[in-house]
Amino acid sequence: MSADQAVSSIPLLRHKAHGATFAWRGGNAVSAARFVAEAGALAARLPEQKYVLNLCADRYRFAVGFSAAMLRGQISLLPPNHTPDLIRRLSLHYPGLYCLSDGAQGPVMLPTVAYPDLSGAIAPTAMPEIPAAQVAAIVFTSGSTGDPMPNEKTWGALARNVTAEAGRLGILERNDLTLLGTVPPQHMYGFESTVLIALQSGVMMHADKPFYPADIVARLNAISGARALVTTPVHLRTLLASGLALPAVEQIVCATAPLSRDLAAQAEQCFGAQLHEIYGFTEAGQVASRRTALTDEWRTFDGLSLRRQGEVTYVSGGHVAGELPLNDIIELHSDTTFLLHGRTADLINIAGKRTSLASLNHHLNAIAGVRDGAFFMPDEKDGETARLVAFVVAPALSNGEITNALRQRIDPIFLPRPIVRVDALPRNATGKLPRASLELLLRQSRGAEVKDIK
Amino acid sequence: MTDTANNKSEFENELAKLLVSALNLDISPDEIDPEAPLYGDEGLGIDSIDVLEISLAITKQYGIQLRSDDENNARIFASLRNLGQHIQQHRTK
Repeated sequence: MSADQAVSSIPLLRHKAHGATFAWRGGNAVSAARFVAEAGALAARLPEQKYVLNLCADRYRFAVGFSAAMLRGQISLLPPNHTPDLIRRLSLHYPGLYCLSDGAQGPVMLPTVAYPDLSGAIAPTAMPEIPAAQVAAIVFTSGSTGDPMPNEKTWGALARNVTAEAGRLGILERNDLTLLGTVPPQHMYGFESTVLIALQSGVMMHADKPFYPADIVARLNAISGARALVTTPVHLRTLLASGLALPAVEQIVCATAPLSRDLAAQAEQCFGAQLHEIYGFTEAGQVASRRTALTDEWRTFDGLSLRRQGEVTYVSGGHVAGELPLNDIIELHSDTTFLLHGRTADLINIAGKRTSLASLNHHLNAIAGVRDGAFFMPDEKDGETARLVAFVVAPALSNGEITNALRQRIDPIFLPRPIVRVDALPRNATGKLPRASLELLLRQSRGAEVKDIK
Repeated sequence: MTDTANNKSEFENELAKLLVSALNLDISPDEIDPEAPLYGDEGLGIDSIDVLEISLAITKQYGIQLRSDDENNARIFASLRNLGQHIQQHRTK
């Protein structure tokens, strides 16, 4: 954490004037002073615990909750999903874990604090400062045993990361720009690119998370002044295919799945925007970006550099503590530029949710009645969401029983579609399942239908 | 013509086929119960990505833009029947 020692503390907000607008919520402007007041008031009401699961769906309330937790020295947990199995595992590992909820999310099996009315909050005279070395969040990746793997994020690392992002986007100190996100604040990408970036760059956040193309267009049209859209390839594709008149947007930020140059160029043209795609991974945070419409080449954020040793590429510098390996297939062009040739085989990313085949296979094989089973990820098409296939040997179980058992343990986005029933898996002599064998098995299982259509 | 097994109207059958093809579902359109929930843990178990896909298919086929601030949104996706009724009330093509 040597970088965190460079500055001992970082202000909660970078907005220069207390009267500057920090957020837009229900058509009303919320000032920086009001936000700080509400964060302080909520901090005073939080229980005396160390860990909080912030499930506020309203982005502004999420930001108040995250800030309040930091002001109390508490740590926000950002797990990859909120399934009953994972909540149970988290509550075992993080004693006293409680949930902060604004009621949008269904009940979870945790002590729950309802987001209170904070209208009487009074602003402090000084902007709160948070120690840079304070752990503000723990972000999780899926471990191969079903237990999530924690990654601690200090306030200093988070703040420096999104300051670098804002610098790359050219939006630092842009208090005339409103960020509208289609991604949830609980997801690492949404956390960084809609919440933290608003706290640390001086831009304004929009509290909503519009979903349908018509919702997104309506929210964008309602924003007076400059606007930026933080979104995903799936949302971009549906927006472009919706037939709606798309409003002018200054910036589009896109992440979670690979975007093609064609789709990026179309988005830039239809919105009159610059589109920046972000590359990162849980352990390091954001690493690089590219103007996808213009180049395939990624450029690291300022202060970060890459180094290759043997087959592995490492990133260091900037907000990255130490040196971390990239789990992707990288073609290095210089110490700051590279091409990405796909994720390594074990990592699964569907609509921005990440897990590993090892983790999914663990959960599948832990189901009583499943003798053997393996997940398989077909190749993904641009902006279309590929779904997992599961090959299962389980004579006594129905597909419905398998799906219901999985639903208790894995994020629904990873539920197999289809489940292919087999008598045995084509394991090789070492017990492994080569991708080619599973591809063949999938083709065979689809054989009958395909023949009919042809 | 109605499907007596599942008691679906002709339009509901058409919509069931649209859902199966838009989502590459691993079931036959006949298997979709018109009264069963589409979303969430029971019934068809579609998720939010699916809902976006369906909305796109519905826009193309029937000229309807769905809105989540429509207070009826949760009800629209409660079942194939509700979705069908919403489309028939609002279709422009």
